[in-house]
Amino acid sequence: MKRSHFLLLAVLIALPWFAGEFYVNLASQILIAVIFAASLNLLVGYAGLTSLGHATYLGLSAYISAWLSLRMGLGHAITAPAALLLTTLVGCCFGWIALRASGLGFLMLTLALSQIVWGLGYRWVGVTNGDNGLSGLTRPAPFGIDLSDSGAYFWFVLVITTVVLYVIARFVNSPFGATLRGTRDQSRRMSSLGYDVWGIRWVTFVFASFIGAIAGLLYVYFNKYIHPSVMSVTVSAEALLAVIAGGSGTLAGPVVGAALVMLLKNYASAYVERWNMLMGIVFVFIVIAMPAGIVPGMRTLLQRLKGGQE
Amino acid sequence: MQFWQIQTLNSFALGGLLFLLSSGFALIFGLMRIANLTHGALFMLGAYAAVSAMRAGFGLALAAVIAALSVAVVGGLIERLVLRRLSGNAQGQVLATLGLSFIASDFCLIVWGGDTIPIQTPAMFQAPLRFMGLIFPTYRLVVVGIAVVVGMVLYLLMERTRLGAMIRAGVDDMQMARAVGIRASALFTTVFCLGALLAGLGGAVGGPIFSAYPGLDSDMLSLALIVVILGGIGSLVGTFVASFIIGFIYTFGTALLPDLAYVILFLPMVIVIAFRPTGLFGTIRT
Amino acid sequence: MAMDRRQFLQGAAAAGVGVAYSGMSLGQGSTDPIRLGLLTVKTGPLASGGIDMERGLDLYLKEHGGMMAGRRVDLIVADTGGSPATALTKTQELVERNKVQVLTGPLAAFEALAIDDYIRTQKIPTLSVAAAEDMTQRKANPWFVRATSSSAQCSHVMAYHCATVLKYKKMIVIADDIAYGQEMNAGFQRVFEENGGKIIQKLFPPLTAPDYGSFIAQLKTDADAIFLGFAGSNGFRFVRQFNEYGMNGKMKVVGGMTALDESVLRNMGDEALGILTVCWYSSELNNPINVKFAPAFRKAYGYDPGYYAAGTYVNGEILNAALLSVGGNAANKDALMAALKQTHIQTARGPVRFDTYGNVVGNIYIRRVERKDGRLVNAVVQTYPDVSQFWKYDPKKFLAEPVYSRDWPPAKNLE
Repeated sequence: MKRSHFLLLAVLIALPWFAGEFYVNLASQILIAVIFAASLNLLVGYAGLTSLGHATYLGLSAYISAWLSLRMGLGHAITAPAALLLTTLVGCCFGWIALRASGLGFLMLTLALSQIVWGLGYRWVGVTNGDNGLSGLTRPAPFGIDLSDSGAYFWFVLVITTVVLYVIARFVNSPFGATLRGTRDQSRRMSSLGYDVWGIRWVTFVFASFIGAIAGLLYVYFNKYIHPSVMSVTVSAEALLAVIAGGSGTLAGPVVGAALVMLLKNYASAYVERWNMLMGIVFVFIVIAMPAGIVPGMRTLLQRLKGGQE
Repeated sequence: MQFWQIQTLNSFALGGLLFLLSSGFALIFGLMRIANLTHGALFMLGAYAAVSAMRAGFGLALAAVIAALSVAVVGGLIERLVLRRLSGNAQGQVLATLGLSFIASDFCLIVWGGDTIPIQTPAMFQAPLRFMGLIFPTYRLVVVGIAVVVGMVLYLLMERTRLGAMIRAGVDDMQMARAVGIRASALFTTVFCLGALLAGLGGAVGGPIFSAYPGLDSDMLSLALIVVILGGIGSLVGTFVASFIIGFIYTFGTALLPDLAYVILFLPMVIVIAFRPTGLFGTIRT
Repeated sequence: MAMDRRQFLQGAAAAGVGVAYSGMSLGQGSTDPIRLGLLTVKTGPLASGGIDMERGLDLYLKEHGGMMAGRRVDLIVADTGGSPATALTKTQELVERNKVQVLTGPLAAFEALAIDDYIRTQKIPTLSVAAAEDMTQRKANPWFVRATSSSAQCSHVMAYHCATVLKYKKMIVIADDIAYGQEMNAGFQRVFEENGGKIIQKLFPPLTAPDYGSFIAQLKTDADAIFLGFAGSNGFRFVRQFNEYGMNGKMKVVGGMTALDESVLRNMGDEALGILTVCWYSSELNNPINVKFAPAFRKAYGYDPGYYAAGTYVNGEILNAALLSVGGNAANKDALMAALKQTHIQTARGPVRFDTYGNVVGNIYIRRVERKDGRLVNAVVQTYPDVSQFWKYDPKKFLAEPVYSRDWPPAKNLE
């Protein structure tokens, strides 16, 4: 970790002491979006598989956790691991189906699978309570620490975000990560070298759904309410846009992208009535000015500046 | 009411609309390998453009021509100003086309407001058709006719004209096409305009059935994607057949299996793609 | 949530960050403006109703010089985009950053449900517009009052009217496949069947249905009439296609409170003429307040006010009355909430009071679409006074049963 990372972390840790409650809550939501985007980036950036159905894992884990606690009366110590496990199992199945194709076919299969899950969320009223969603949920109290306070919850999310980003960094920098990038850039060559391209992609898909499920848990704890719209294609698309805008295939890309999207949606919208148009313009501007995304674009710019000074 | 006969006609009518919607998307994707996610927005622009043209006093036929041409111009601008810079950058294309569709839908909201705006069916097609005890909206049959005519024109364009030959060469192998002297740049712009033109035409022709409303873009985009994927990339015939297959699946599926209404379109697609990744008629792996 | 020192400091910090906002201060002197937050939808498919909500409230404030109970009102409008998660964020923003004391909105039931828990913990008096039954029934939120209607409050009345006045025997119900439509149709079915009618078919087209052709083909033609529980523009799309399929004349069409709203009528033609609908409001209401409000709204925006515009306008009237009775002090939330629930005033929709669950008891109108001065209006044909969300049922028994849904009460007469 670089010094700038520690500095950022220190600022974030101190945030609840100097920022108002609204900003603390907004920051929690941004971090949850960061985890979600980072999990999608494993597929989009490192495996080269553009998924348009990642909201499935966010929503499934949120719904499973909510359903187990409301209908089964189970505590968070059981619902959280159960939600993660079951969601990841669904990821195993969906990955097996979706990876029968790549490119646009993969995108469509992930979209179709997520639309099916979304449809179930709407229509399977006995379980999901349909369009009314599930409410009356609580936040967990790990080690007896009450997370109902916005500051405490922010720290909780911050710890998990840090761990998740660290694990993802280890994952992509491991030998497995190098092979994964190999399958993205040279899938035929990797195949002829004896690598199991399909298996490598599948493992990544399952891992991405697991991290997505973590984001789902944090999401439902934050909102204490869950509605089928969380599994809609809009949510998947927003995360995909965040990853690409930030710079897919970089560790910092999804962080920057998710923060940008959340700020446009939840903060700028208070000042700009036409925030949808603003968001569109920002995306188009990014893609024209920095076709690989913000983070790679800024890196190139910085290098050029440094080169100019020498 | 004669359930089966009417639903069969309904399926054809929906199929015809889906073909008008999807053919442009298929054309662009087949040649340029760009998944044009603004396609739904272009369709919506077509519907709203028809609204304005009809308010200015034109009939639906002329309004549809105006809508198609103006959307074609928008499409050309998008290709020249944005997508041109992003060739080969599939993720950049996703970002750009989705960003553009955000802009387009908010633009429509500003200009035409949030209300659903009906588009009048031409007077001569307003009375329902009565035939052997069946009653069916005349205009829907007209839509099927338009879809068939558009399909035939596209087929002749592809098979019998120089432009069609160039497109087919490009679809098969772009590098080879360049090598034999086809100007890819002009060809891409032409095809993108043509695809947008079809979307705009579809929006206007579908207007009397769907009306123009905020959200039409995303409703239509997912339908277009389903049809094109099911039919197979690069296959106009596939798109045509898939449009009608989806028309039948949706119409009968929602009527006979209402509990599956939300998954009825996606389940068959998952099954087809999972077992036949090229789609029903495609030759190119997606 | 008790306010500890740290939270107080946070609050102060937030106020410091937000000084750019007009009238921001922590003190609660009697001359401070009242901070009112409006949660609405200004982008996406629900924007039409959401924009009307803002216009209705704007008009109320303009008419009253931007004052309520002698104090200036700072209105802060937030766009939820029609998403539950954004609705919560925007509510937090209004409460924590803009320090609003009272909320009105949101538009959709799922948005109201998304902020339900937060409203309870923050104790923010909220004048809701959304119709979800349980918000004022089995899970009544003590900080909600609803001056519009629960989902089934109006459809109960229409069902009674159909069975006893219009003497329909067999009916079909159709609505959007969302909780709102299901609750409305369930209430209709219950009252209609208890008064001797039979519901022979229930249809719920999915919200994403691009077209109703395949549903119209299924309609059982031996029905006397069909009840439309649609929201937004779906009612008008259905009516149009109903005619295109030559169904007009085969059965009558009646509608719920949002099927042929004024906001939809302005885009319709003769196909709507003669259709009966039920609502707690009509722009044609002939009461002293509405004869000023409706023309003023029409003058300002060029069309008649409907459900959403009237909803926030009436909310403005109710809030004003409650504030008057607490001397303009919006800071004492408990007192303000109690005053809101005790409201008993004349409004643009007629007399309004609330039951113990915070839901309105008021007039419900049967209206017929007619042409007047060249435009289509919902002319009032009959008034059912003092209707409660429980219709004529005992609240305790009513609440002991499950909430209305797609399958409750069970349909026994389907063909």
